[in-house]
Amino acid sequence: MRRGVLFNATFSEAKQEQGVHRTGELYGQFQTLDQQKESATFGMWIFLVTEVLFFGGMFLTYTINRHEYFTAFGIGSNTLDITLGTVNTIVLIMSSFTMAMAVWSAETGKKKLVPLFLILTLGLGCVFLGIKFVEYKQKFEHHLIPGRNFAITYRSSHPAPGDDPKEIALEKEEVEKAFASDPDANSHAQLYFSLYFAMTGLHALHMIVGAGLIVWLIKASLRGRFTPQYNTPVEIVGLYWHFVDIVWIYLFPLLYLIDRHR
Amino acid sequence: MPEHSEHVVSPKIYLSIFLALILGTGLTTWAAFRNFGPFNIVIALAIATAKATLVVLFFMHARYGERRTRLVIVCALFWLAIMLALTLSDYQTRQPRMSRLLSRAAHYAA
Repeated sequence: MRRGVLFNATFSEAKQEQGVHRTGELYGQFQTLDQQKESATFGMWIFLVTEVLFFGGMFLTYTINRHEYFTAFGIGSNTLDITLGTVNTIVLIMSSFTMAMAVWSAETGKKKLVPLFLILTLGLGCVFLGIKFVEYKQKFEHHLIPGRNFAITYRSSHPAPGDDPKEIALEKEEVEKAFASDPDANSHAQLYFSLYFAMTGLHALHMIVGAGLIVWLIKASLRGRFTPQYNTPVEIVGLYWHFVDIVWIYLFPLLYLIDRHR
Repeated sequence: MPEHSEHVVSPKIYLSIFLALILGTGLTTWAAFRNFGPFNIVIALAIATAKATLVVLFFMHARYGERRTRLVIVCALFWLAIMLALTLSDYQTRQPRMSRLLSRAAHYAA
């Protein structure tokens, strides 16, 4: 306990004097700022490799089940709202662009633009999560949450007042066809929705973590912390954010678009 | 090759990559409503891979970074390929297949 207090005191002193542990932005274990940045970036890339394999496992599970239960996955996919899905894809791509611009502003020393672009990125990230929430809510109302009350036939047999009757008739026909070729289509559609919620949920979790990191960057950038010499945090959070964008680039066609040509 | 990480990518390049990504999104949505038979999934994944490549090369600066970064990316793809190829070949060749087991389950339920 005592030792901890002592250590903290020495550490903060050193920080204030910018002597032993850190010189300006350069931490003691590095020789140059370039080396420091390269190490941090390299570390982030290694982390992203583990993420590729993490999400890769989910895509693999999806592929195997999609192959086995082709029809049920098709009707599951067609219940998703394609407008919301497309809008969300565009929102996420825009947020990647504003993130790239934040990195550019930091690298070129435009100190006022850095927080501006970061706030835009955060805002677009929140819009994405908001739309995702609306979609989840829809699935909840249509009894498409895997579990006891899951019913792929629910929406076509209980149309809401605002629903397009043509659309409902089409869905009903499609679901009946699916049951004719696969009597267990309801439980196989549940598999689709389990994967849908697992994959988009994990993706959304990554977005929430990313949003937290961006809040931290905004705070630091408002203090003018990022300069052409030191902008590693913006750069590596950017790498993470773009990676999350890439995951969505694959999720969008695989979850929303697999069976639209009806 | 000089190891220097400071290569600033211009906003012009970022903007054109952004527009290309939006175009790709439009294209993949358009293609999804047309039936290309067995090529539906090939087209969807090809467009997604093209978009992902643009993001990695330009937004994530892989095109301008050190060779080491490129090695890391190739490693990631290589290990991913091992996981996908070996598992899928197992599922393709192993007896009995999952669907047969499940049709038995359907038989008992009936």
